[in-house]
Amino acid sequence: MKGKSLVSILDYQVEEYLQIIQLASEFEALKHQNILHGKVVGSLFFEPSTRTRLSFESAVNHSGGRIIGFSDSNTSSSTKGESLKDTILTVANYCDLIVMRHPHDGAAKFASEISPVPIINAGDGANQHPTQTLLDMYSIYKTQGKLDNLTISLIGDLKYGRTVHSLLMAMMNFSPKFNLVSPKELCLPVEYKKILNAHSVPFNEDTDLHTILPETDILYMTRVQKERFSDPIEYEKNKNLYVLKSSMLENTKDNMKILHPLPRVNEISQCVDSSPKAYYFQQAKNGMFTRQAIISSILGLI
Amino acid sequence: MSTHIQGKQLNVSAIKNGTVIDHVPSKNLFEVISILKLQNIDSQITFGSNLESKKLGSKAIIKISDKFFVQDEINKIAILAPQARLSIIKDYAVVEKQKISVPEYIHGITKCFNPSCITNHQNIKPKYTVLADNPISLQCFYCEKITEQEHFDFI
Repeated sequence: MKGKSLVSILDYQVEEYLQIIQLASEFEALKHQNILHGKVVGSLFFEPSTRTRLSFESAVNHSGGRIIGFSDSNTSSSTKGESLKDTILTVANYCDLIVMRHPHDGAAKFASEISPVPIINAGDGANQHPTQTLLDMYSIYKTQGKLDNLTISLIGDLKYGRTVHSLLMAMMNFSPKFNLVSPKELCLPVEYKKILNAHSVPFNEDTDLHTILPETDILYMTRVQKERFSDPIEYEKNKNLYVLKSSMLENTKDNMKILHPLPRVNEISQCVDSSPKAYYFQQAKNGMFTRQAIISSILGLI
Repeated sequence: MSTHIQGKQLNVSAIKNGTVIDHVPSKNLFEVISILKLQNIDSQITFGSNLESKKLGSKAIIKISDKFFVQDEINKIAILAPQARLSIIKDYAVVEKQKISVPEYIHGITKCFNPSCITNHQNIKPKYTVLADNPISLQCFYCEKITEQEHFDFI
């Protein structure tokens, strides 16, 4: 991992996933407190993403590092017409590693080609967001005590949700069973189903959330957004079908945990928040430890 | 072979030494010329378009004197003219026929079909892995999206 950019979840293999999870647990146990002392991380957010940015900033701050950068391209030189290449080459002079978020697909891959310092992709358009997947994996491991042989149910927008696609690709390596629950219009793209089939990973597609709940270990909820539907009537028909309410948790397994990449809108009713099965806020906290682990590994400090 | 050459002479005159690219779809003639950067070549080039072809209905032919392509150059035109035939001419006779095959990787040539791809917003030459060759299917190195042959938009 040392010195290597993290652009896509497929840049890492099983061994590296496990290493990050192990390190994240060490950071959570308050080991490696000042490990980033003397290091400067560049944080380039060409589009705003407060949640992700604060998570990275807190990860650096809690490890004794410093962070420079911008949180919105309106405050950066890209509004003056500077190319992405020039911004990366300039900022790379000032820091040991660059975390970047960009509205266009493939931006982080391009940056990693030209940058003299490693790049961490904090989201490139609709394409990849690998640190989200690693924090999801850490959350799964922490709550289940293992990654293997779990029934993982993914709910909501499976067509456009990049976190869903990356999680499928990463967890595929751990003998899972997937339940894919979505409106027909937002079902998992064919190319991902082909990959699952090629690896003999069992999956079940469903449009009903209720039927899959009793067997689920990890319930991964995502937002169903109105703008994803070509027909507004279809949205109206579907919008309440993928909302989790506390009454639905009655026949679920004791070990089941509810994950969500956040922000949540209405797909998890607020009454679920008090359930011990609701895990999404802890999941966000796990993101900080996971990002500490990722940054420290890439900088070769651990 | 001599009758073949004589037949062609009616439309596009023969060359002494060089390369003949035949069976190019007429509509792609100028794109083939552009991809092979023939505009930068000093030697004599003759071409004909909208010629009768049993295979293609209408075809184009390009004859370039004193120019012999390396395989990489040739593979580029496989994207535009997979049925094209290449003949190496020495002393008015065909001495070799070169086969065209679609390369594994492509740099440039066509735009990425994904409007959100970084290559469509910055001055970045697209790169692709060829996933399939008939019809051609390209996976963008940057955004990972697929561009199918029917959506090719030549640069």
